[in-house]
Amino acid sequence: MTFVLTKNCEVQNMPQLEVARKHGAYASLEKLFARQPKDIIEEVKTSGLRGRGGAGFPTGMKWSFVPQNTGKPIYLVVNADESEPGTFKDRFLLERDPHLLIEGIIAASYAIGSHTAYVYFRGEFYRQWELFEKACAEARAAGLIGKNILGKGYDLEIYAHRGAGAYICGEETALLSSLEGGRGYPRIKPPFPAIEGLFACPTIVNNVETICAVPYIVREGGAGYRKFGTEKSSGTKLFSVCGHVKKPGVYEVPLGTPFKSFFKDYCGGTNGRPLKAVIVGGSSVPVLTAEQVMTMTLDYEAAQIAGTLLGSGGMIIVDDSVCAVEALADLARFYAHESCGQCTPCREGTGWSKKILDRLEAGRGEDSDISLLLQLADNMGGKTICTFADALAMPIRSWIKCFRTEFEDHLRLKTCPMKIGTLNSIRSS
Amino acid sequence: MKFQFTKEREAKLPNIFAKYPTKRAAMLPILWLVQEQEGWISEEAMQVVAAKLELAPGAVQEVVSFYTMFNRKPLGQHHIQVCNNFCCRLRGADWLVDYVKQKTGCKVGETSSDGRFHLSTVECLASCGTAPMMQINNDYYENLTPEKVDKILKDLT
Repeated sequence: MTFVLTKNCEVQNMPQLEVARKHGAYASLEKLFARQPKDIIEEVKTSGLRGRGGAGFPTGMKWSFVPQNTGKPIYLVVNADESEPGTFKDRFLLERDPHLLIEGIIAASYAIGSHTAYVYFRGEFYRQWELFEKACAEARAAGLIGKNILGKGYDLEIYAHRGAGAYICGEETALLSSLEGGRGYPRIKPPFPAIEGLFACPTIVNNVETICAVPYIVREGGAGYRKFGTEKSSGTKLFSVCGHVKKPGVYEVPLGTPFKSFFKDYCGGTNGRPLKAVIVGGSSVPVLTAEQVMTMTLDYEAAQIAGTLLGSGGMIIVDDSVCAVEALADLARFYAHESCGQCTPCREGTGWSKKILDRLEAGRGEDSDISLLLQLADNMGGKTICTFADALAMPIRSWIKCFRTEFEDHLRLKTCPMKIGTLNSIRSS
Repeated sequence: MKFQFTKEREAKLPNIFAKYPTKRAAMLPILWLVQEQEGWISEEAMQVVAAKLELAPGAVQEVVSFYTMFNRKPLGQHHIQVCNNFCCRLRGADWLVDYVKQKTGCKVGETSSDGRFHLSTVECLASCGTAPMMQINNDYYENLTPEKVDKILKDLT
């Protein structure tokens, strides 16, 4: 196990400042304030750190887009709206080491010239929000948040904000709409948030895991961070593993780790049945078959070559007991439920996909349904304000591509083959 | 039904407003205060919130109706939310939904006749590795078995 992010995650009472400090929390601040903000941005650029929320955009470059001369306040917004099915890695950091997040927020805010940071928690994360509020209060009392931090002349306020149950608020512009007190509707880009974001001011939105990597980079330098990972995918990444796996959980590994050894050594393999498919980066990314995933390494480039995305690192392990049509119908239900309804192709497309998949699974499909689904995917992908519709279009295309015969079997047999026990029941049906 | 904040909650409002440069941004925190007090958000409460935020009541209503966690009617004392998203179903969410239905006597989306329980099924709660799971009010209950569910429901006041 490599420890950039999770070094202290097993320490008892780590959310208490006193304990956290004994384990090195806030040790990066001396180094931080000894350097100019622009040097910190350069250091993060050197590190090669990429956004860990799903998109993988280079963090240092994003920070460098913030204009410093507008006269408007600059905001840092931390995305703790973790809601992508299969993803529970931010929650792990929030529960185990909230002071690491605060330390990262101080560094990131200092670098981009922000004096106000908001952390947007998904509404269901009540206990995590409470824990963070408590950690902030302790840090404030110790002079780590507020006016003139550690006597270095730098001011920063950190506010925790709770969402109220909407997956779309994890999309950065929807998150900003929500934080401003509106419905969580995504906005057209450009303008990008770095130029015009929260309250129409320059804003950087970063994922919890991204921010938690920053203290290490400040302490050890960008080159120190690059010791982990590959040339283009540097550093470590958290993978949250769930589904039909022996040891589900959150694991930190250097990017570039082969899936095969990760799955065997960390996760203990499947529950005993043969592996059928793996979704490596949260429910929105294309699924891979067992054969495809076994030759892949866990980094952004290898994922793309394999035909998928590293996404959030929410890894869903699926064994051969699962019906591909039912799995896709389940995923479609999620997207139909969570579409914000702003764009027609998404609002209608996700709902229709679900209806078609439900009837296919129930054995009431029509011969044209598979091509209809693919047509729907084409009408959703790339035609909306945000990438939510793509997040269903990609699974539709990939599940059909990988498991087409199963879809055809549902049409031929007029039932779900997985729900038939014996040959006799096929004959009688 | 007339709505007003309790004295303690009213006293929290200035601190909430101080966090944001606009009044409107205090919308979600203030709606949470309402729900914490009442268990749900009535139209009268929305009007009170609208006045505090200097907005039309409709501007508050459209926000309340967008977010699934804001209740527009009173629910039971314990709101049980069972995750039946894809990942939880891989680890047995189906029996959990059935089991909780049977134990509470509620169908999904209903409140028990004694008002103690309200049952919902929900999408991913970021607890996929510890599935099957449910949330009751503010707490997560994970890696559930029938025995655990029995004990959890028994221990609820």
